[in-house]
Amino acid sequence: MTPAPRPEQARCDLAVVLPLSPALDPARNGGARWPLFHGYRGLAGIALLILAFALTQAHAQTGPGALSIIATIWKWTPLMASGFVLNVVISFLAMAIGTVLGTFLGLAQISQLRPLRAVSWFVTQFFRNAPWLVLLFYAMLLLPFQLQIGGVAIALPDWLKATFGLSLPVMANMSELVRGAIQSIAYGQWESAESLAFTRWQTLRMVILPQCVKRMLPPWMNLYAILVVGTPLCSIVGVNEAMTLTSNALAAEANHALLVPMYLYLLAWFFLYCYPIARWTVALERRFAIKG
Amino acid sequence: MAWTPDQPLIQIKDVHKSFGAVEVLKGISFDVAKSEVICVIGPSGSGKSTLLRCINALVPIDRGSIMVEGQEVHDPKLDKLALRRKVGMVFQQYNLFPHRTAQQNIMMAPLHVLKQDRHEVEARARRLLKKVRLEGKENAYPGELSGGQQQRVAIARSLAMNPDVMLFDEVTAALDPETVKEVLVTIRELAEEGMTCIIVTHEMGFAREVAGHIYFTDRGVIVEHGPPAEFFVKARDPRTRQFLSQIL
Amino acid sequence: MQAVWNWFRWLHETTGINLTIFYDAFDRHRFFDGFLTSIELMASCLALSIVIGLVGAWVQGSSFKPLRVAVGGYIQFFRNTPPLIQLYFFYFALGSYITVHLANGQTVPLINNFTWAVICLSFYAGAFNVEIFRAGIEAVPDTTVEAAEALGYSRFGIYIHVLLPLAFRISLPALTNNLVNLMKTTSNAYAIAVPEMLYVSNQIWSDNLNVPEMMNVVLIIYVGLVGLFVFVMTRLERALRVPGIGL
Repeated sequence: MTPAPRPEQARCDLAVVLPLSPALDPARNGGARWPLFHGYRGLAGIALLILAFALTQAHAQTGPGALSIIATIWKWTPLMASGFVLNVVISFLAMAIGTVLGTFLGLAQISQLRPLRAVSWFVTQFFRNAPWLVLLFYAMLLLPFQLQIGGVAIALPDWLKATFGLSLPVMANMSELVRGAIQSIAYGQWESAESLAFTRWQTLRMVILPQCVKRMLPPWMNLYAILVVGTPLCSIVGVNEAMTLTSNALAAEANHALLVPMYLYLLAWFFLYCYPIARWTVALERRFAIKG
Repeated sequence: MAWTPDQPLIQIKDVHKSFGAVEVLKGISFDVAKSEVICVIGPSGSGKSTLLRCINALVPIDRGSIMVEGQEVHDPKLDKLALRRKVGMVFQQYNLFPHRTAQQNIMMAPLHVLKQDRHEVEARARRLLKKVRLEGKENAYPGELSGGQQQRVAIARSLAMNPDVMLFDEVTAALDPETVKEVLVTIRELAEEGMTCIIVTHEMGFAREVAGHIYFTDRGVIVEHGPPAEFFVKARDPRTRQFLSQIL
Repeated sequence: MQAVWNWFRWLHETTGINLTIFYDAFDRHRFFDGFLTSIELMASCLALSIVIGLVGAWVQGSSFKPLRVAVGGYIQFFRNTPPLIQLYFFYFALGSYITVHLANGQTVPLINNFTWAVICLSFYAGAFNVEIFRAGIEAVPDTTVEAAEALGYSRFGIYIHVLLPLAFRISLPALTNNLVNLMKTTSNAYAIAVPEMLYVSNQIWSDNLNVPEMMNVVLIIYVGLVGLFVFVMTRLERALRVPGIGL
C-alpha cells in the first residue's frame, strides 16, 4: 500500500545533462582505462595534441612561415581573450537568471494547483524543445533595444538581449532538474515529514530541497558546461564575443593558412575552460554516489 | 459531544477506503482506550498500513468515521497539523531525513512545527536518545547507523512531539533479525509507561507479549479479535487459524 | 487549397498578421524547401550519429588501447568545445583543403555545406551517443556476458545478440534526449548557409519584414517536430519494454 519509492538517481530528461556515463568512470574500470585522458594530465594531453596539430598544420601550409603564424595568433590573443571574457560573463548571467527562474518553474511543476502545474509543464517543454539559436533570434529581434521603466530608459545592449535568450533554455532545463530531483526523493520522506506535522512548504524547504541540492549539483554543472559551449551562437546574432572577434581577426589577416590554427586555438580556449568542469562534475558524482 | 478523557482515545467506525477499483478497507470498526496497546495482524495487503495512514490523515477515507480525541479526522475542515501533533507515526522504512544528524532529526519538528525553545528541545532530544539507548550517537547521520538504530531514532523523533498515541507500521519488517529485538524492547517500554499504541506487526511473540487486544484483519475486514491469551489459543475463524499456523 | 491560401491573405489584410509562406507561392515554396532540408538534415544526422555511437561503443570495449584512447579523445574534444565553432572549423578551415580541380581549372570544395553540417553535427551528437551506449553496455550484468561466453559466442556475437539488445533498451531514454538535442542543434547549420528552415525563414522575414510571425512559425514547427519525435520514441520504448529490464 505504500507507494513504491521512486528511482534513486535524479532523472533528467536532457541527455547532455545526464551524468557522465560509467564508461568514463575510472573507478569502475580499475583506473587504467583512461590513461591519457584522466584528470589534469589528460587535459594537458589533449590541449597539447590540439596545439601540436595546429602547429604542424601551420607548418605544412607555410613551411618557414610557421613562426609568423604563431606570432600572428599571439598578436590577436588579447582581442580573442577580451571576447572570451564576454562569453564567460554571458554564461554566468544566463546561468544565474535561468537557475532562479527555472527553480520557480520546477517548483510550479509539482504544485498542488493543477492549472499552475499544467502551465509550468508546458512552458518547460516548450523552451526545452526549441532550438537555442531560434530562441536567440527571438530574443534579439523581439526584445526592444531599450526598456522604459518609470520614464527612465534602460538600454538593452545586444549581448544582454542574447543573455536573456540563452537563459530561456537554461530555465527550462533547470525546471526539469528541480522537478526530477524532487520526485527522486523517496516518498517516505514526504510521508514522515507530514506525520510530524510539517506543512508542505516546510517539508519542501527543510526536508526535500536540502537533499535535492546535492543530487542536482553535477547535472547543474553539466548544464553550465553546455551553456558555455552554446555562447558562441551569440556571434550569429552579432554579439562581439570570442567567435565574432576571431572571425574579424581572420578577415583582417586574410591569410588562408591561418584558418586551421586559429579555429583550433579558439576551440582550445573553450576546451581548457570546459574540460576541468567536466572532470570536476565526474568527481562530484563519484563522491556523491559513494555517500549515497 | 465534547470529548472527555474517559472516552476512547480513538474511535473507528465503518471505515471504507479504495485505491481505484481495489477496496482495501471494507468497513473497519474498533475503539482504542487511553493507554491501551493494540496489535493489528494479518496477511500482507490486508489493509493494515492503510488503516494507520487513515488515522493520521495521510490518506483520506471514502466512508465512515475516525475520531481522535473526539475530533473527526475525516472532516475536511480538520486542522491536520493539530491532529498530527497528537498522533505520532513510525514507518517500516524509518524515513529519517538523511541530511540531518540523529539529534537534528529529533529536534526538527519541535523547533519548526511547535516553535519550541531550542535549549529545551535539545535537552529533550538528548533525553529521548538516551531513552532509546542511543547515547553518543547524537551527531551520527542516518547513513552511519544500523537499521535498528535508525528505527529507534525514528521512534524518538515521533516521541519528541509528545504525542498522545503512537502508530507503528511494521517497524521491524525491514530490519535484520538481530536488531529487531532492540526496537521491540523500546516499544515495550513505551507501552509499559502507558503510551497508547497501535502496532501493525508480523512479530506474533511480541504481539502476544505487549498487546492488550489483538485484531486480525484479512482482505479489508476484521476477521477476529480478542485479548492475546484468548486470541492465540482459541481462534475460531479458519482464516485466522490458517494464518497463525503459517506464521507461528 | 486556394481557399486556405486566400484566408491567410485575408488574415493579413484584416489583422496585419503577415504569413506570406501561406498565400505567396514563392515564399511557400522556399519555406517548404527549407522545411524539407531541415527534415533531411535531422534524419541524416540521427542515423549517422547512432552509427557513430554504436561503432564508438564497440571500439571502446576493444582491447586495442590506441583505438580506445583515440575514441576517448574524440569524445572529450566534441563534448567540451562549442558545436558552432566545430562547424566553422570543419566547413571553413578543413573544407577549404578538401577540394577538387575541375577540368576548366576551377577549384571547388569536394564536400558541400549540407554534407559538412551532417558530418559535423553527427560527430558532435555521436560523441554523446558513444557514452550513452557505453553506459547501457556497462549496465548489462557481467554474468549475462559470461553466460553468453560460456555458450560459445564470439565477442562480436555477444555484442550483436546479447549486449546491444539489452543495452539499447537501457539507453533509450538518454538516447532520446540526446537525439532531441541533435534535432535542435541542426538549426546551427544556418551559420554555414545551409538553406534549412531557420535560414529560409531569415530570408523571408528580411524580404517581408514579418519577423514575429516567422519566428513563431519556426518555433512552433521545431517544438512540434521534437514533440512528435519524443512521442514516437516513447512508443518505441514501450514497445521494446521487457519485464525486468529498464529504468
